[in-house]
Parts: sequence; C-alpha cells; structure tokens
Amino acid sequence: MRQPQPRLRAAISLVVTGLLVIGLIASQWLLGDTPQQMQFEARLAPPSVDHWLGTDALGRELWARTLAGLALSFWVGSLAAILSTLIALSLAALATLSSRLDALVSLLIDTLLSVPHLILLMLIAFALGGGTQAVIIAVAVTHWPSLARVLRAELWQLRQAPYVRMSRAFGKSRWFVLHGHLLPHLLPHCLVGALLLFPHAILHEAALTFLGFGLSPSQPAIGVLLADAMRYLSGGYWWLGVFPGLALLLMVLGFERLSRQLRRAL
Amino acid sequence: MRVIRRIAKRLVRLALVLLCVALVSFGLMMVSPIDPVDAYLGPQMAQVSPEQRALIAQRWGFDEPAVVQFGHWLRQLVSGDLGWSHVYNQPVSEVIAQRFQRSVMLLGSAWLLSALLGFSLGVVAGAKEGTKLDKAISTYAFITASTPAFWLAILAVLLFSVTLGWTPTCCAGPVGVLNQDVTLVTRLHHLLLPVATLALLGIANITLHTRARMLELMRSDIATHAFAQGASRIDVAWRHGLRHASLPAITLAFASLGELFGGSILIEHVFAYPGLGQATVAAGLRSDVPLLLGIALFTALFVSLGNMLADTLYGVIDPRIKVEGT
Repeated sequence: MRQPQPRLRAAISLVVTGLLVIGLIASQWLLGDTPQQMQFEARLAPPSVDHWLGTDALGRELWARTLAGLALSFWVGSLAAILSTLIALSLAALATLSSRLDALVSLLIDTLLSVPHLILLMLIAFALGGGTQAVIIAVAVTHWPSLARVLRAELWQLRQAPYVRMSRAFGKSRWFVLHGHLLPHLLPHCLVGALLLFPHAILHEAALTFLGFGLSPSQPAIGVLLADAMRYLSGGYWWLGVFPGLALLLMVLGFERLSRQLRRAL
Repeated sequence: MRVIRRIAKRLVRLALVLLCVALVSFGLMMVSPIDPVDAYLGPQMAQVSPEQRALIAQRWGFDEPAVVQFGHWLRQLVSGDLGWSHVYNQPVSEVIAQRFQRSVMLLGSAWLLSALLGFSLGVVAGAKEGTKLDKAISTYAFITASTPAFWLAILAVLLFSVTLGWTPTCCAGPVGVLNQDVTLVTRLHHLLLPVATLALLGIANITLHTRARMLELMRSDIATHAFAQGASRIDVAWRHGLRHASLPAITLAFASLGELFGGSILIEHVFAYPGLGQATVAAGLRSDVPLLLGIALFTALFVSLGNMLADTLYGVIDPRIKVEGT
C-alpha cells in the first residue's frame, strides 16, 4: 500500500475545506432570517423529521442557529487570525531592527504569556466594552506571541544568510532587505501560522462569548447557544447542549487537520 | 555565586513582567467605556442623585486623572493592599485567598491527574508506535485538543448528573448546608466531575509532546544499539525513553498552568463551583475593577512562578543543563 504524497493530501484537504467553507457562507445567504424565526407551536421540540436538531425555548430551529453560529465563528476566527498574524509579523520585524526594540518586544511577549489567555481576553473585552469588534481585537491581541517568536527566530537566522549580507554590503537599505528578501521567505510561515491560530481563535471566541463577555446574546453565536443551553440542562433538553458544541468541535478539528497537513507539505 | 546571580536575574525579570502586567491591565481598565460609578452602584443606579454620585466618585478616587489613580493603586499594592471588591464587599486580597483555597483543590488534582495520565499515555503510545493502541491514544489526544472546555463540561453534566444522576449538578456542597458542615466525602463528590473534565482536557497536550519525544528516541542510535544487544521495546522505552521524555513533560506541565487556570474559569462557571474562576467572571461582568486587577496580577504571579519552577527543576533533573546554562 502506497501512502499518498503529503502535498496531494494537503491539496485534497484544502479543496474539501474550501468547499465546506463556501457552502457554509452560501447557506447563510439561503437561510435568510430562519435562525431567528420563532415557531410558537414548537417550543423546545426534540430532534425529529420536522425539526432536524430540535428547537430552542422560543421555537427557533437549532440547525439553522448552529449553521449561523458556525459562520459567525468562521468570520470572527479568520479576521482575528489574520490580524494576529499581521501583529506577529510586524513585531517580529521590529524586533530585528535593533537590540533595544528586541528587548522591548520580548518583554511584551513575556507579559502577555504570563497572564492566562482567558483573563487577558476578558480584560481586553472589558476595556473595549464588548461586542463583535472587541472580541476580534481581543483574540488578535492575545494570540500573536507564539507566532512572533517563531518569526523572530527565523528572521535572525535569515539575516546571517549570505545573500542578505551581500545585499546589505551593496548598500541596500534595511527596508529594502526586509521587504525584498526577508518577507517573501516568511510568507509560508505566516500562512501556516495563521491557519494554526485559527482554531484557537475560534475556541477562545466561543469561550469568551459563553462567559458573557463576547458577542451579544442577540446574535446566534455558538457561545450564546451553549450559554442558553445551560439554563435548560437539568430539564433534559439535551439537544440544545450537544449539537452546537459538536458542530464547533468538527469545524475546529477540520481546520486543525488542514493546518497539520499543510505544515507537512510545505 | 553564579546560582545566586541567576536567581536574582530571574527575580528582577519577574518583577519587571509583573509591573508590565499591572500597567497594561490598569490601562485597559481605564480606557473601558463602562462608568465606574455605575458599576459601583449596580442596579441601584436609578436611586442616586448627582450629588451622591459625586460623593462616591470622590470617595473611591474615580474623579482623579488616570495617572494619579495608578499611582495610588501602585502605592497601595506595594504595601500589600489590593483594594476593595464591591461585588463581594470584602478586601480583594481576602476574596482571592478564600476563592483560591477552594480552587486549589480543583486545580491541583486536575493538574496532577492530567500530567501523570498524559505522560503515561504518551509513553505507551510512543513505545508502541503504529499499533492500534497508539492510534487510539493519538486520535483521542487530537480530538480533546480541539474540544471546547465548557462544552465538555456541559456534556459531562448532561450525562453524569442529569441522565445518570451519579454526581451533583452544581456548587461545592449541597444547597442549604453551611460551608463548615459539609463533610469531606460530599466535598469530594462535588469535586469529582469538575476535576475529571479539567484533567481530561489537559491530558492531550502532554500526551502528544511525550509521544513525539518517545518516537524521537525509539528511532535514535541509542535505541538501535540497544535493540542490537537484544533489548526489547519495553526495555528501551523504560530505560531510555522515560528519561528522555520526562524533561519536556515536566516543563510542559508547569508551562500549562495558565491554560489550566483558563480552563478552570470555564469549568467553574458551568458547575457553579465557587472558586477563583467564578469570581473572575463575576468581577468582569459586574465591573469590579480592583478585583479584576488583583486576579490578573495574582494569576500572572502564579503562572510566572510555575515557569520559573520548571526551569529550576530542569536543572535538578538534568545536571548537564547547569553547566551550560550559566
């Protein structure tokens, strides 16, 4: 039995994940306001042929709300991951400019890493007054340190490379070297880094929303759905707690798998 | 001398990091759009006249510029006074001490359990690479690494408390019983599910790292040589693998304290366990700024000490590092 090549596998994963994401986004457009539509005669209905994943206390379809929640998670997670990667890249680049800046950046990294993520997220969400924007910024600001460390180490090593030193010796500016030689080399790292950050970002967004610091309770985010489910746990309304979380887990697992395969392929 | 200098250097770094944490978190609190007087009043907001509001602001120093407030707070902090929590109506240091005492049972047992179980699973998986057991353990670790902590807690409540009725659904003791009257058995009964969920989540990371380390060793020249001498896989795993894998496992266990604490906030929230995590959520939702700041500093200290301890232990376990590290 021959193992398929890592590149082929990664390509297949990429296509499958891409199609699923497109499907998810398209479904939002098709769904319209189904996630918020109340059915007065079907409150807290268990999963059945009519109500695929059951309904919540206001008679809203859980499958539609879960899909909407996944889409929200996707947008928040990807924006936060991209923003976080940009922060990591710019701070890593800043750190290579001078040793004093380097010390400053590493102090910042130590500070951020010493406070538990969730507490820092709460502090930032509190400072920004909550809401979607606050969550995106909070997640972006807390997740860059690990990637920044990798990029910084990579940059230090690259600076010693002969072609970079040659370029400097020919009198090219620091900016030119950074922009023309170093950044193209770092791009694949950034891509994989962003993909690695993405599942973490989603999970932290959901956790923050679940605790009440994140997205507003009027939005059908996964964290909101699960916080709602908490109130109906002892009544035996299990579908409210099981399905949204399962959907989130599957999405995170999918992206985790994709990023693992991409790392192997690159 | 070298040891003393190294420790002193670490302590200075720790103090610097803590000062940065204080500065950053205080800054964040100051830019918050939430009005401190409103937060102080809570639901009684509508019952207070503008003059009374001004009095409250004056008493707690809300009317002064942020820099002056920071100066006050820092001066108090140095003398050991963390301020007053208006949610619990107690000094912040007392709230943290009481709450942490309850959380420490949860955190400590979950931490030990996850470290030991995670390490042993990782060793077994690494030693038996490619077998069904290895695949089962790896899959399990990959899945739990992606599982939202609070969702796992919800599932646990649904299964064990609601459906099977084996464990209580909430709190640290039965409702209506005074704290001092709760027996040890009941206490442990209430702790069982939160500890299990928290530990289950912590296992994944250590298992995956330990497994990677074991694989590294099992493919190394040391292992090949041992195999050539007739040693079995178990022999090699036991004699060489354990030592090789234990160091990173210890570092990881100490470095994961922050993650563990974050998990405990979510778990305590789901189980309504009255620990430090629950107090954190209450402080955040009801804008108890001094308590939030106190908790941020306390956890930063806790996590940094964990990291320092990990570095020190590293040296004790592996004597080679002491020589290199100076």
